[in-house]
Amino acid sequence: MKYVDEYRDQRAARTLADAIRRTVTRPWTLMEVCGGQTHGIVKFGIDTLLPDGVRLVHGPGCPVCVTPVELIDKAVALAQRPEAILCTFGDMMRVPGSAHDLLSVKAQGGDVRMVYSPLDAVTIARKNPDRSVVFFAVGFETTAPANALAVRQAARDNLGNFSILSAHVLVPPAMRAILSAEDCAVNGFLAAGHVCTVMGYREYEPIAQEFRTPIVVTGFEPVDILQGILLCVRQLEQGRATVANQYRRSVTREGNAAAQALIHEIFQASPRKWRGLGEIPDSGLALRPEYAAFDAEQRFGLAHLAAEESTRCISGDILRGLKRPNECPAFAVDCDPEHPLGAPMVSSEGACAAYYRYRRDEQPSAQVKG
Amino acid sequence: HRDVITMAHGGGGSLMHRLIEQVFMAGFSNPALEERHDAARLQVGSGAVAFTTDSYVIQPLIFPGGDIGSLAVHGTVNDLAMAGARPLYLSAGFILEEGLPVELLTQIVRSMRAAADAAGVQLVTGDTKVINRRGNHGVASGGDGMFINTAGIGLIEHNLTIGPRQVHPRDCIVVNGDLGRHGIAVMAVREGIEFETAILSDSAPVAAAVLDLIAAGVAVHCLRDLTRGGLVSAANEIAECSGFSARLDEAAIPVREDVRGACELLGFDPLYVANEGRFIAYVPPEHVEKALDVLRAHARDTRPAMIGTVTDEKPVRVTLDSRIGAPRILDRLSGEQLPRIC
Amino acid sequence: MCLAVPGEVLTIDESDPLLRQARVSFGGVVREVSLATLPEAQPGDFVLVHAGVGISVVDADEAAQLLEDLEQLAELESLEDGGA
Repeated sequence: MKYVDEYRDQRAARTLADAIRRTVTRPWTLMEVCGGQTHGIVKFGIDTLLPDGVRLVHGPGCPVCVTPVELIDKAVALAQRPEAILCTFGDMMRVPGSAHDLLSVKAQGGDVRMVYSPLDAVTIARKNPDRSVVFFAVGFETTAPANALAVRQAARDNLGNFSILSAHVLVPPAMRAILSAEDCAVNGFLAAGHVCTVMGYREYEPIAQEFRTPIVVTGFEPVDILQGILLCVRQLEQGRATVANQYRRSVTREGNAAAQALIHEIFQASPRKWRGLGEIPDSGLALRPEYAAFDAEQRFGLAHLAAEESTRCISGDILRGLKRPNECPAFAVDCDPEHPLGAPMVSSEGACAAYYRYRRDEQPSAQVKG
Repeated sequence: HRDVITMAHGGGGSLMHRLIEQVFMAGFSNPALEERHDAARLQVGSGAVAFTTDSYVIQPLIFPGGDIGSLAVHGTVNDLAMAGARPLYLSAGFILEEGLPVELLTQIVRSMRAAADAAGVQLVTGDTKVINRRGNHGVASGGDGMFINTAGIGLIEHNLTIGPRQVHPRDCIVVNGDLGRHGIAVMAVREGIEFETAILSDSAPVAAAVLDLIAAGVAVHCLRDLTRGGLVSAANEIAECSGFSARLDEAAIPVREDVRGACELLGFDPLYVANEGRFIAYVPPEHVEKALDVLRAHARDTRPAMIGTVTDEKPVRVTLDSRIGAPRILDRLSGEQLPRIC
Repeated sequence: MCLAVPGEVLTIDESDPLLRQARVSFGGVVREVSLATLPEAQPGDFVLVHAGVGISVVDADEAAQLLEDLEQLAELESLEDGGA
């Protein structure tokens, strides 16, 4: 596939891995922000190519890992209403709420449908005028344009039976929260390439400066990730802390102006609870008052529904790189991929799920081919 | 929350594996079942017979390249083929839902007959039951569903013992064609994805190819068809039952460009996607070329390939050398792959 | 939040400017995608698509530049370890 296979080239990956090995003189902890990057690292075995001195910590950038149990409970409550059709991305089906997940609600008769795009949910609403169709609008800035477009289309076509349960989150506030903790173990960031495709990377420059931490906007293929790591460790070894753009084929400093305008028209910043990080001011997106009619929380009176995180799940420490999954007492005891206690064990590339699969006994033999 | 059956139990992953081991194997355990093979190998009088059963609950009932009827025939024939048996007779139990158009049922039965003729088998006994209309929660058809349970008998005319316990550490793993077509063909209908060049299910009988392998003198140690859970589930089952690890090479595993495109779009890994006309054979290294020649003779629009080797690495597991040459473990998923955005 | 895949724009239906629906091919797989937030995208361009919406037009020059940088790095590397 064009613009994919070229960046999965073994020779290029080896060259970058050697350059990283040559550059690193002391141990560094880097956080890849996005779950998609984590997936690439795990899927291609990139961590086995890195020198021991470079430790990768899976960041908070995956909706499965950070959506609070409260919002899962609200989605579950909606899915249990007979007149409702709850549409969601497949990612959210197995995220545990306080009592159920969406997969078991579907098994017990709830009309829960997986969609590839929020626009598909609008189509379902148009085809089922007598049903209330709610789209579980999770995601970061990358998904915001699609969710905003769905609301604007429903408004234009006045589909009164469509609404969204907004669970949107933003990266910069979470990055600041992680860096502000005095025990923060992260030396440098691989910023989420596709978030910056939409938003640009100007908003990261004050963070790099204020916290003296290098931030490299990085793509998702092995060559992108390895080059992102190289650029980051080079800055660390030279004592520099700036924002660099590795993913230049998709990201510019200003980002996608049309997408930002659309997001701004439909949403406004709002406080948001993050699973494992607590509430972070202005770290979420909520519907503007003029689109309140499309807010499922208001329409179905769910604002009151609160729930506390499982105290036994230490996902906060995992997300901040303070603890490794196998340092959690519940890990692989009563928390495993079939019965996840917390979100990092649910998503196939969540930190705990990846650890459960690979490091449950020991690191796979790392003899690299050829 | 109390354990209920969910869709994830049907995905060929570890949840299904645990259900089989803890509920069914515990309930029915006997030597033939313990082989945990696609078909049981039984001694009936003086002859050796292979006997298998399977159920088909696919939605939608008709998909690019097949339907629930042809799929039921091919799937049952292929289970018998995995024991190296010559498929002879099938049974079919139909469970029909209120509201199913008779014309649709007739079309599916006609397609079953054509598939049986093509595979050289006869449907010799059947049964029909009707159930009342289920709600259509999440099920596209809703109300015009049907399910088919089959059983199959085949004659074992060779004296090889084919099964996981025959796998040797030096064995090579050969596949009879490219992976992922069936799962993507069906998912595309659900996700509204069309293809410039239509992706048809690879649903097809493989008995002829297997019988030719044996006739050509290939020392077939083990066979496994790659249905639910794809290559990864099958390879993990064989590794567990044989007690030997497997090391696969991603660059050697054939996957069609458009199937890869659909997988990238949905966030799927083709190695986990279901197939309905593909199997892996564990053969000694010196027989690999001969095996590939036999399989190429049966491969219409695909190419067989050697995709990995058996090793005695401990702990026992399946690993993959990724396209960039770095190793990773191929673990079973707990349920089915779901389209994802992250 | 981040699974975005590059695909080639085949045709664009401009009849509904709000959606700007386009048929985009991903290695031969074609899907309906909205280019509402890519006013500049034209048939023949490669666009990055996430959750059914185009979020950027792939910059072909930058894409090629990255591969060239890697070539130079490879030569540099092979010089450093004695052309092994």
